[in-house]
Amino acid sequence: MASSTIASSVRHRTNKGLLARLRGGDEISYLVTLICAVAIFVVVTLIVLELWKNSQPAIKAFGWSFLTTTRWDPNGGKFGALPFVYGTCVTSAIALLIAVPLGVASAVFLAEMAPPKLSNLLTFLIELLAAVPSVIYGLLGIFVLLPLIRSYLVPALKGGFGYLPLFQGSFYGVSFLSAGLVLSVMIVPFIVSVSREVLLAVPTEQREAALALGATKWETTWDIVLPYASTGIFGSVFLALARALGETMAVTMVIGNTPKITASLLSPGYSIAAVIANEFAEASGDLYVSSLILAGLVLFGLTIVINALARILILTTARRAATA
Amino acid sequence: MSILIRSFGALALVLPLSAQIGLTGAGATFPAPIYQKWFSSYQSVGNVQINYQPIGSGGGIKSITEGTVDFGASDAALTDAQLAAYKTKNNNHDLLMFPTVLGAVVPAYNIPGVSGQLNFTPEALAGIYLGTIKKWNDPRIAKANPKISLPDKEVLVIHRSEGSGTTYCWTDYLSKVSSEWKSKVGTNASVDWPTGIGAKGNDGVAGLLKQQEGSIGYVELIYAVKNQMPYGKVKNKAGEFVKGELKSVTAAAANVKEMPADFRVSITDAPGAGAYPISTFTWLLIPSQYGDSSKAKAVKGFLTWAITKGQDQVESLEYAKLPKAVVAQEEKQIAKIR
Amino acid sequence: MTMEISPVRKVVNSAMLSLSGICTLLVIGVLFFILGYLFVHGLRSLNLDFFTKLPKPSGETGGGMANAIVGSGKILMVATSIGVPIGFLAGIFLAEYSGKTFAFVIRYIVDLLNGVPSIVIGIVAYALVVRPMRHFSALAGGVALGIMMIPIAVRTTEEFLRSVSNSMREGAMALGATKAQTIFTVVVPAAMSGLISGMMLNLARVAGETAPLLFTALGNMFWSKGWLQPIATLPVMIYNYAIAPEEDLHQQAWAAGFVLLMLVLVVNITARTIIARGPASARR
Repeated sequence: MASSTIASSVRHRTNKGLLARLRGGDEISYLVTLICAVAIFVVVTLIVLELWKNSQPAIKAFGWSFLTTTRWDPNGGKFGALPFVYGTCVTSAIALLIAVPLGVASAVFLAEMAPPKLSNLLTFLIELLAAVPSVIYGLLGIFVLLPLIRSYLVPALKGGFGYLPLFQGSFYGVSFLSAGLVLSVMIVPFIVSVSREVLLAVPTEQREAALALGATKWETTWDIVLPYASTGIFGSVFLALARALGETMAVTMVIGNTPKITASLLSPGYSIAAVIANEFAEASGDLYVSSLILAGLVLFGLTIVINALARILILTTARRAATA
Repeated sequence: MSILIRSFGALALVLPLSAQIGLTGAGATFPAPIYQKWFSSYQSVGNVQINYQPIGSGGGIKSITEGTVDFGASDAALTDAQLAAYKTKNNNHDLLMFPTVLGAVVPAYNIPGVSGQLNFTPEALAGIYLGTIKKWNDPRIAKANPKISLPDKEVLVIHRSEGSGTTYCWTDYLSKVSSEWKSKVGTNASVDWPTGIGAKGNDGVAGLLKQQEGSIGYVELIYAVKNQMPYGKVKNKAGEFVKGELKSVTAAAANVKEMPADFRVSITDAPGAGAYPISTFTWLLIPSQYGDSSKAKAVKGFLTWAITKGQDQVESLEYAKLPKAVVAQEEKQIAKIR
Repeated sequence: MTMEISPVRKVVNSAMLSLSGICTLLVIGVLFFILGYLFVHGLRSLNLDFFTKLPKPSGETGGGMANAIVGSGKILMVATSIGVPIGFLAGIFLAEYSGKTFAFVIRYIVDLLNGVPSIVIGIVAYALVVRPMRHFSALAGGVALGIMMIPIAVRTTEEFLRSVSNSMREGAMALGATKAQTIFTVVVPAAMSGLISGMMLNLARVAGETAPLLFTALGNMFWSKGWLQPIATLPVMIYNYAIAPEEDLHQQAWAAGFVLLMLVLVVNITARTIIARGPASARR
């Protein structure tokens, strides 16, 4: 690197002594910053170690059946995490189903349609949504969203689609559906923000070529731009998914805290993050605590995988756009 | 912004209470109203600042066992296993339990059109919580309530989502009156509920009850009273429908002929006229050995006050006073705290 | 020769594009709805008591969240003093010193840390700080939040340092400065506005976190003295009050939510505006 050879030649020429070099600060600076970088390693290792160590009792007791059994029984000492995994997956799926079309459509508008100043302003505002704390989403969820869902959405769903097992059963406000809806609002900004950037990165030549051939703006977007950016958009979806999986407070406040596996979205349920938040403070008995920590480890594992996939997808699109 | 934070911080350090001992406790939500009132009053009496966090009896037991708080609180008496666990984690010292008040766990409900007091038989309560009774107009409920017209509405069962002494008392009662409950679910602070949705703390159950029509939930008496929620009478062992209140809880406690030395006793399904069948003591969990002698002194001072002067405040919050014999026994145990 | 676009295609074109516009409006609408609702409800319940009084015991109305506001401030102080130095210095390492493979590994690890669910960080902080110390404390809460601050601190530091053009570095070196002097007296100041805004965004994000505080800071009805006692914080109070039955507590939760949201949004808007304007040197 040019700067380092200049630096070393400068150092050489001035022929400083050890003390002077130390005062110059290079060694210390290098060491200190290196130590901090390594410290991050240490922190992450500590986290993984603690999780691994503390979940050993549960792993030994249950093995893989931890993920396939449905009974979570602190009294009897049997812990099966399937209801929580199910709840986490269902609420995230609902959130994605709503947020992805909404988010990608908005990104299309912002990247393709809106004049740059408007686009920047609107994106700025949408990104503010991502800054709203989770507990405030929960607050709004309980007092605003739940009554709205109960009064308008559920009757409409039951009226139109009541024969589906998805919408059977009584509705009590707290449910998979409510949690999924709150989550969708929380992850939309991520999808909009990243998808918009990915769309903007698509080279204009592609668009111009399509338009020159007589395509309408929509056809250009749908047939050329979106497919080109699709990997990156998938990346944004995975990012949003990772966020949804780990979301704790807003979900705990509206999901119903009931470990249950059922097809009905109107039923109360539970998620991994929610059960840890509710039960960790009082889990006594090594197996109980260990099971909760194992559930946390499972969640962590899931988010690692999804995040990694997201990074790969987004990087691939960026590289493709740069080399095109 | 940092200046703002710094000045706030300075304010916090300068503000109240120098040379005051600070204690931290955590546990049951069942007695939280009276505890918070006590700690608030005692602050001026004993110059002790006691911070109590109602996180549930399970949380209280865990925190005191791991030593992260100065005392715990629980309405579920510790099992032998839990006491042994405490000993192992705390240098082989004992954990002492001190009953503080008596309370009632009542079945509160929110049924549109029903504002009066329902009568619940043990079979009805067990059936509702087992999920075998699904509607409010089920004959098993209606039979005991001939004068009230119950709607054809689904019963929404509410229970606790975390480890709770109130749950312990409730399930203890159900296990005693229903063999099906005993074999299927059992008694514990945290159980595998056959049906229903979970709420956090007595507060959470009360909150959910208020929001959901057709719901039933078990809460400590004061939570139903202060939120003006209707709650039902329960049929006791003597065959009467009894309301949860001061005199019926006291009657239940009167049946304890001999209080065991460690104060662990269950008074659910108590025999005798006028006894409320879902009553319970609630305990403070105090280590027998404190590392800090000033803390030990502060705790002893508070306990002595609580079981004597403090008892004058309990009835206004619908908790029953401790029987005199129990108080005398406790004073002897207080001496054990070092 | 111009081709006639069939009317169907024209209609589809306008319909689809309008639809995407509607979606955007919907998303923006949600933001304004949230803001508006909190504004109306929160402001209504806000009074001087909220900022000056302590919470009342259960059953009594009134009281405020003075200790929670200060508590949040204290915990954020601890978090900043842990997360920012480590993140900042590690970011410098990545931007100025590190070789390619090592940098890739560190970045991956930092990403990993960023992906840890906040509740899991709470568990770890409980195991590493609360249990050994046998105390719930502001320190434990600060450690949990500090760990969460590290990844963003690293990323923003690296990003903004890289955006400083090399000519500045070379100029300083040519004048005889050591690498360390270059970094700390030339490059960092040049990126300062970005670094500070990044730190503000980081702080704002962590200020609203609730889950990691549930079993580290616990809560406190009174003022918390020092750093080793349980402490009340705004987000946890909002959570506790929201699920309580008393209407009075709900009002306080709205007020607290309003205050928290305002703080977070103001910091966010300020920081982003600073970044958007950007230092003159970075844009060159």
